[in-house]
Amino acid sequence: MASAPSKLYADDVSLLVVLLDANPFFWSASSLPFSKFISHVISFLNSVLLLNQLNQIVVIATGHNCCDYVYDSSSPASRSAGTGKLSALSVDLLEKLEEFVGRDEKLLKKEPEGSIASSLLSGSLSMALCYIQRVFRSGPRHPHPRILCLHGSQDGPEQYVAIMNAIFSAQRSMVPIDSCFIGAQNSAFLQQASYITGGVYLKPQLLEGTFQYLSTVFGTDLHSRGFLQLPKSVGVDFRASCFCHKKTIDMGYICSVCLSIFCKHHKKCSTCGSVFGQPHSEAASEPNKKRKAGDT
Amino acid sequence: MNNGEGRRLAGQAEEEDDEDDVDECGLEAWERAYADERSWESLQEDESGLLRSIDNKALYHAQYRRRLRSLASSNAASRIQKGLIRYLCIVIDLSRAASETDFRPSRMAVVAKNVEAFIREFFDQNPLSQIGLVTIKDGVANCLTDLGGSPESHIKALMGKLECSGDSSLQNALDLVCGYLEQIPSYGHREVLILNSALSTCDPGDIMETIQKCKKSKVRCSVIGLSAEIFICKHICQETGGLYSVAVDESHFKELILEHAPPPPAIAEFAIANLIKMGFPQRAAENVISICLCHKEARGGGYTCPRCKARVCELPTECRICGLTLVSSPHLARSYHHLFPIAPFDEVTPVRLSSSQHKLPKSCFGCQQSLLNPGNRPSLSVECPRCKQFFCIDCDIYIHESLHNCPGCESFRHFKTVSSSEE
Repeated sequence: MASAPSKLYADDVSLLVVLLDANPFFWSASSLPFSKFISHVISFLNSVLLLNQLNQIVVIATGHNCCDYVYDSSSPASRSAGTGKLSALSVDLLEKLEEFVGRDEKLLKKEPEGSIASSLLSGSLSMALCYIQRVFRSGPRHPHPRILCLHGSQDGPEQYVAIMNAIFSAQRSMVPIDSCFIGAQNSAFLQQASYITGGVYLKPQLLEGTFQYLSTVFGTDLHSRGFLQLPKSVGVDFRASCFCHKKTIDMGYICSVCLSIFCKHHKKCSTCGSVFGQPHSEAASEPNKKRKAGDT
Repeated sequence: MNNGEGRRLAGQAEEEDDEDDVDECGLEAWERAYADERSWESLQEDESGLLRSIDNKALYHAQYRRRLRSLASSNAASRIQKGLIRYLCIVIDLSRAASETDFRPSRMAVVAKNVEAFIREFFDQNPLSQIGLVTIKDGVANCLTDLGGSPESHIKALMGKLECSGDSSLQNALDLVCGYLEQIPSYGHREVLILNSALSTCDPGDIMETIQKCKKSKVRCSVIGLSAEIFICKHICQETGGLYSVAVDESHFKELILEHAPPPPAIAEFAIANLIKMGFPQRAAENVISICLCHKEARGGGYTCPRCKARVCELPTECRICGLTLVSSPHLARSYHHLFPIAPFDEVTPVRLSSSQHKLPKSCFGCQQSLLNPGNRPSLSVECPRCKQFFCIDCDIYIHESLHNCPGCESFRHFKTVSSSEE
């Protein structure tokens, strides 16, 4: 944060990276149609660009099978198209989004088993963080970045480690992750992300008013947030789930080698194969032999 | 200035070498202040005799890749076990030699600053571990802080008392540390990091016996020297399986000490695998007031121990009433990237660049930065061996040092199903 008198960017210039959920399995079952949702989002993005001439917006679409950049307000192509910058955003964004959805559909290998059809949030979070690092490298005067997740699909448990890695990296770079969750039940991953990085988590009650929620809660830059009363997080559940039954527990047993969580006492760790109560070398050389002494 | 008597122990030979050498290695401390401004020294000549400046970015990246290769070769298997629950004692040498000013402003100040940065980085990477601080002054080792998991209390204690005098004694320090580390549970990894400024050690007995005692108690000792390479430090590290390095200047010292922050490969016999009982407390609401254990005052918020329902203010901690270790799931998740590391990316060789130039992507997959230099010549890039996406070298460094996720592998569902079937 340079305090030189001839700063190019003031405190209230922001870079907003929007992660837009484009998972067809979620949108086909949602009460709010995708087209209405996109019109809310486009109005919101235009209003953010209006707040400050130097604001930048990047949109990354999160699909079921792939993720990709669909809009970047600072790239030269977006400025020259259309009669003015405002109309260019909706035209550009919709074109690329159509293309993206077509590509996503072609990559579908098989129907998702069970009822969980999650989108690849870890992929788009990682791409957003790489882009933000590039902005940090561009010099001492740069806009203040933040990430906004417009997400509705359920959490995919296979993405847990990758999402936590992304969250810790965002915390270290001091990039807040805000979430506006439009699905049915709260997403634990996004709640944790917003709590750990200092962002705002919101689950709007009336989806027809999405634009109003977005512009009042998520529109302001980071500097101005100090003067506003934004929704506070209540009831973030930090309890872990055990690896054997996947139920949340508040007291459990941790393997000291691989940190897997179990709800009951076991003799052997199912993740790393260590036998408990014995030195590693004995366990590694005789994995199948039953030992009477040292069994707990 | 110091008189000759004070310098006897601090290595007079080293002083003479500095005065005699004229090249860069033997710079006096005051000369190094001007080293940065000698911009003419950073120019190189190319083949035709024309001047060009050093490409710092490529140099930095080459250094980073060498470091990554040496790490990869030392961990022969990609799934080597690491000691994740560590009990580390940092021994800081506050003898007379620590007041030397070859590290500006003094060795002691540089050590204190870097130890503070190290403590924060250590707890960031190893949230379930504990640190204890020990100082050596006047030939006696004193315990500055007990083994504990809160970075603030260690840093406050360290910055509070920084004075140096007397001799250094490695044997006393090792004795004290072994005594402390004997009390820790058997699943923890016992480590000592000695930051040694002195060139001699005044011991009351036979240090070889102490070294054998450490070896038997399975304590892994590493030493970072600030003055010169000393045989006894090398011997300690060899016997106990630790790392010995000597710092040449302040930035090198910072690099060396931060190398000890990620968990070292576990020596299999050293720690016994065990199931540790831990609690995952819920966060209480702000308006429910209760007396907390750490500050002994009534406050809202905080966490409630699931076994005895006592209130604690921050995690991770040990409940003082029932002794249950309290953590939250993100604390455990901080260590998962050590267990599931990503493969290093392959460099894209110039041969490949020239042969298939039209087929290579024009921008980095992660940050969309152009991979072409001005003039359409391809710049340095790397490729992920699994998802075959291309990245620029800055993203490569960021991904491997901070993010620990490959954006390409995470952004394609095909690679996620492949990886889950492998594990």
